[in-house]
Amino acid sequence: MAEKYAETFEMEEDTQKGKFLTFSLGKEVYAIEIKFVTEIIGIQPITEVPELPAYVKGIINLRGKIIPVMDVRLRFKKEPAEYNDRTCIIVVEVRDISVGLIVDNVSEVLSISDENIVPPPDMNRGSENKYIKAIGKVGNDVKIILDCEKLMNDKDVKTISEKTKFE
Amino acid sequence: MDDEVNTLDSSLEKDPMLELFVFETNELISQLENIALASEKENAVESRINEIFRIVHTVKGSAAMMNFDNISFLSHTLEDAFYFLREERPQNVDYSSLADIILKSTDFIKNEVNQIQSGNYPNHDVSAIVREINEFLASLKDGSDCAKREDKKALLSLEKRDEIQEGAGGNRFRALLFFENGCEMENIRAFNVLHSLKKVADIIGYSPKDIIEDQGSVEAIRKNGFEIEFSTELGADDVRTILSDTIFLKDLKLETVGTAKTGRPSEEKSNMETENAKLAIKQSMISVNVSKLDRLMDLVGELVISQAMVIHNPELEGLGLNSFSKASRQLQKVTNEMQDAVMSMRMVPLSATFRKMHRIVRDMGKKLNKEVELEIIGEETEVDKNIIEHLTDPLIHLVRNAVDHGIEPAGERSNKGKPSAGRITLEAKNEGGDVWIIVRDDGRGLDKKSILQKARQRELIKKPEDELTDREIYSYIFLPGFSTNEEVTEFSGRGVGMDVVNKNIEEVGGTVQVDSAPGAGTAVSIKIPLTLAIIDGMKVKVGKSVYIIPITSIKESFRVQKSAIIRDEAGSGEMMIFRGDCCPILRLHEFFKVKPDTANLEEGIIVVVENESKFICLFADELMGVQQVVVKALPRYIKKVKGVSGCAVMGNGGVSLIIDISGMIDSS
Repeated sequence: MAEKYAETFEMEEDTQKGKFLTFSLGKEVYAIEIKFVTEIIGIQPITEVPELPAYVKGIINLRGKIIPVMDVRLRFKKEPAEYNDRTCIIVVEVRDISVGLIVDNVSEVLSISDENIVPPPDMNRGSENKYIKAIGKVGNDVKIILDCEKLMNDKDVKTISEKTKFE
Repeated sequence: MDDEVNTLDSSLEKDPMLELFVFETNELISQLENIALASEKENAVESRINEIFRIVHTVKGSAAMMNFDNISFLSHTLEDAFYFLREERPQNVDYSSLADIILKSTDFIKNEVNQIQSGNYPNHDVSAIVREINEFLASLKDGSDCAKREDKKALLSLEKRDEIQEGAGGNRFRALLFFENGCEMENIRAFNVLHSLKKVADIIGYSPKDIIEDQGSVEAIRKNGFEIEFSTELGADDVRTILSDTIFLKDLKLETVGTAKTGRPSEEKSNMETENAKLAIKQSMISVNVSKLDRLMDLVGELVISQAMVIHNPELEGLGLNSFSKASRQLQKVTNEMQDAVMSMRMVPLSATFRKMHRIVRDMGKKLNKEVELEIIGEETEVDKNIIEHLTDPLIHLVRNAVDHGIEPAGERSNKGKPSAGRITLEAKNEGGDVWIIVRDDGRGLDKKSILQKARQRELIKKPEDELTDREIYSYIFLPGFSTNEEVTEFSGRGVGMDVVNKNIEEVGGTVQVDSAPGAGTAVSIKIPLTLAIIDGMKVKVGKSVYIIPITSIKESFRVQKSAIIRDEAGSGEMMIFRGDCCPILRLHEFFKVKPDTANLEEGIIVVVENESKFICLFADELMGVQQVVVKALPRYIKKVKGVSGCAVMGNGGVSLIIDISGMIDSS
């Protein structure tokens, strides 16, 4: 039974491998691995929660499940933008934790083969750089592939919990 | 982590069989424990022996199936002991040591199951306890004159489990198997046959009995064949095919046996009937994974929201649809009922938790040499499943404390003119929306003086001592590290127990209070909400946001006159007099950093809330009415936020934060 399970799991992995969802923030196009994406929804009323870092806008109700939403623009220290009907929330799930990512708009699903993916340039650790997993080449374009786990987890979760502990 | 651990760990997640095994075994073991305690009390085991057999056998069977050899071996040994008890009915049984043995075995199995649960392979050494059981059995055998019946025993083994078989329907067969000459290891082959048969049939008995350990069984099988009696749903032909698959099979005789038993004493027959009746009750219960119930509740919550979206759809406004509103009222009624039904599914009676205390009272009484009786009242009271989990530990600590500190030694008691046996009462009752659980003992009561002294030592007393009420003094015992016991004993003295009680109860939104009278005893009362999942909440509006205040903590709400507001010298803190006390005003818009409609105290509304007799005035724009809300935890990603205890999905699909009153009071 365990083998069968592993098999189907592998197949699922396979169909998702090399596929990326791209979205844009202003002029840049970013990509995340499709295996993390649960769904894409339009912007919804967000309930603010105090004491959170500014980029966590609050919580939303996703069919009975309460999930936090993060403004990726603010996360990357970009200028905030007004939400409009193009604004989307990409719901990603990493290690059983669901988070909504607010992005300007969602573009497409791309296949990028392994040989077209290169490690990020080793610049002097810019503020954005730490979320970049790799660079994908598609034709003449370059897509920035984000590290979903770092985007969500990283040290931020810790700072939130520590902050409340000390207060 | 080594490989073996890993394999089991991952399999526990995937393997529903393992999950079921853990659940079932835990359940059975606690049943067995209760039976052991009851039979010790009554000094008799006969009336319960079939029940014991059923439990031990089921444990053995499922453990063997899951390949947990030590558990199945232990239960097998236990079965042997009970088999002797049932068949020989020895007169001089020491029921106390019998109970000891059963309890030791259940402890061992519990331990193993815990290990399985935490993802490790259960591999503790079982031999010590097996030896103990065997010694007990040997002492029983010595005691009763049964040597001549030993032979009979072998024959009887065929009838073993007759009464306890769980009403397996279908046909009964007796099969006689002969293996080919010189195939060797006949006993192992016989065991294999049993094993493959178990999948499709209920084995009732077989002969020779001890096929694995007794080397003589090889000879016996060679000579007389291997005889199995079993019942199954399958027909004779199917059974024959299965048995014929056995390797080295020389000869197979299969005969059908009638299910009706003749010549059985009527007493045992009635026993069987009651067994069946019990089974009928059991079958009307099913165990469901809690996560499924949670899912169902989420869905019902969603349904309520979608219903509101349809019924209050803006496109319908002003249309005056008569039959539509009639139909929608009907729908509303059904969904309300559905919500109640789902909620009631999560309710579990306290009886299992309460009964665990019997064991603790017994063990501690034995160790401390005190005679203690435990009385249980209202065990059928139901509370939410999540709350029950938080109740076990506090109750254990309270009961332990009662036995250890509360109840005096027998000598001291009779000097005081009390009955020599101490009495602990465990009571549960419903009162309004709350459940009260009271642990009462008739012991020496709390020593107010030494509590005060200790509190003084540790500088815990914040106000003049003569203003302290008794309850306030007693409540010091809940502080961590507070113990008036000079010595640290096995059971208490480190001052941890009561702290655990307090923490656990607080976690489920309950409160604890202590009453005591010197010489007459102590009563610890725990008040807990019936359920955590749905609360009545008052919606308050602050700017665009809506917050929910639990209705139970609201004392009053009113508009305030400017003259009633007091400012302190710095001009920052605002206060007002409420029922003779000065209580601080907390502006919700400042706390949550949102933009209010009005910052003028006279234009908004003041809501006075209370927690543990501390008051605080919350300032909001306006009240929006009462609503039952389904409480949900904040997403894990956010962790804990001060002043917010959770969130709730509102009728319009939006999310509101539920205000944590105690957190707010602490922060002000």
